[in-house]
Amino acid sequence: MSANTAAVERYRNSFLKEVEANVEEGNWVKMCMQCGVCSGSCPFGPDWEHPPQELFMMIRAGKREEVLTSSSMWMCTSCYNCIARCPRELPITHIMHGLANYAHRLGIAPKNQPTRRFAKMFWDNLSKKGRVNELKLGVSLYFMNGFVSGIKTALAALPIGISMYKTKRLNPMEYFGGHGVKDTSGLHAILKKAREIEDAKMKKF
Amino acid sequence: MAKKEYSFYPGCSSQKLASGSNYQVAVDSMCDVLDIQLNTIPDWNCCAASIGYAEGGELPRLALSARNLALSEQANPGQDVVATCAACWLATRETKERLHHSDDLMKETNEALAAAGLNVKADQNVRHMVEVLVEDIGYEEMGKHVKKPLEGIKIAGYVGCQTNRPFGIDGESFENPKYLDKLVETMGAEAVDNYDKKVSCCGGALAFSEPEKSQALIKDIIEAAYDGGADMIVTPCPVCQMNVEIYQNDINAKYKTKFKMPVVYYSTLMSVAYGKNAKEAGLDGQVIAAKQLNDIAAK
Repeated sequence: MSANTAAVERYRNSFLKEVEANVEEGNWVKMCMQCGVCSGSCPFGPDWEHPPQELFMMIRAGKREEVLTSSSMWMCTSCYNCIARCPRELPITHIMHGLANYAHRLGIAPKNQPTRRFAKMFWDNLSKKGRVNELKLGVSLYFMNGFVSGIKTALAALPIGISMYKTKRLNPMEYFGGHGVKDTSGLHAILKKAREIEDAKMKKF
Repeated sequence: MAKKEYSFYPGCSSQKLASGSNYQVAVDSMCDVLDIQLNTIPDWNCCAASIGYAEGGELPRLALSARNLALSEQANPGQDVVATCAACWLATRETKERLHHSDDLMKETNEALAAAGLNVKADQNVRHMVEVLVEDIGYEEMGKHVKKPLEGIKIAGYVGCQTNRPFGIDGESFENPKYLDKLVETMGAEAVDNYDKKVSCCGGALAFSEPEKSQALIKDIIEAAYDGGADMIVTPCPVCQMNVEIYQNDINAKYKTKFKMPVVYYSTLMSVAYGKNAKEAGLDGQVIAAKQLNDIAAK
């Protein structure tokens, strides 16, 4: 049984309970009083299919599929305006990240959502050597939609790349190595253990 | 004043030949003048910034910052952790607060760290460099070291998001923080009054994944600086700096604007005002040259 089916089985009657149990800071959702200040404060507000306060009400209304497959929470730029302004002090930014992560872990987040794909690239990039390899991150981003579109995107970004190179803010040699921590095995062991603990909580379904 | 020491978390973008390497150059010059000693956390790692959440999840993400705190406790015991990058600061301070808020998270995080023989207490203060300047050094002391006042330059103080929210600087409001303007004036320059985009978002990491939407935000940030009569923008964040500086040609092509607005760090301004040369101030790292600062530095 997939993690998603297992979750549906277990929380059949309450998506709110599912969110409270599994989404980072999800226990705050019920505190939303629907004022809409978060949505009005969001830099990408107009681009959200369902702005935060709507997502909160949809969770309470049990609209599981619509919430978790939405591209909405992937629009969060982590500006923290919503957190600073929420009269009930909900950690909205973290709830959005938590919802996105939960949908991603269940495998039902929108496949081609660009921020989802970029976020995965970013994590894979940093966790490999413990520090971000900016050049490889850029290159994998440009080529995420295939080779032909990648060449096009990379060429369009070339003037920026050259200006960064000229000002010593980009290193072409980073492609063949680059920065990293010394104790990579220790770092990997920490991340592996952390992931195990987190996965074990999911398996309790 | 006696030398001040901090446990320093430089962050990925500050490294040699990385996108914020010029920031680090200017920070080093500034600290040299202010007698601030930065003791780098040995073998520090990336904090996962604000985009690592999707794949990383909660505990692996917190464990990254906890590893840095644990290494800091070992190497630089008792010292405040200081970061120059807004995302580094936010992630590390958030981790400290989350671990103290939840016994479970503290226990699980230490279980993960034990896999590498580490342990974290997370009892140090986690601060942004701007806090060190404002709270530990103070405007008066910062002003005392000015050798070449930045006279005749008008500067828009772009604080951005993550240096300002959710933690911010003590005594400053989220909606209209004044410290960057005060710092600009302390260096002898003129601050743009009522810069309405001072805490607006540049798109952050989404400048990569949602370039059009982000560039629309960046356009407004630059336009408001021009409207206020600014010669340049100053910021405390490496992501803000990069996003607002490097896409100006793309924005010009799309919106038929003629932007050519230099975007510098507070440490760039301070290094120049403190008499450092262009290289020491990191001015050779400007994609859009800050000519007025180059002229003063060459004097």
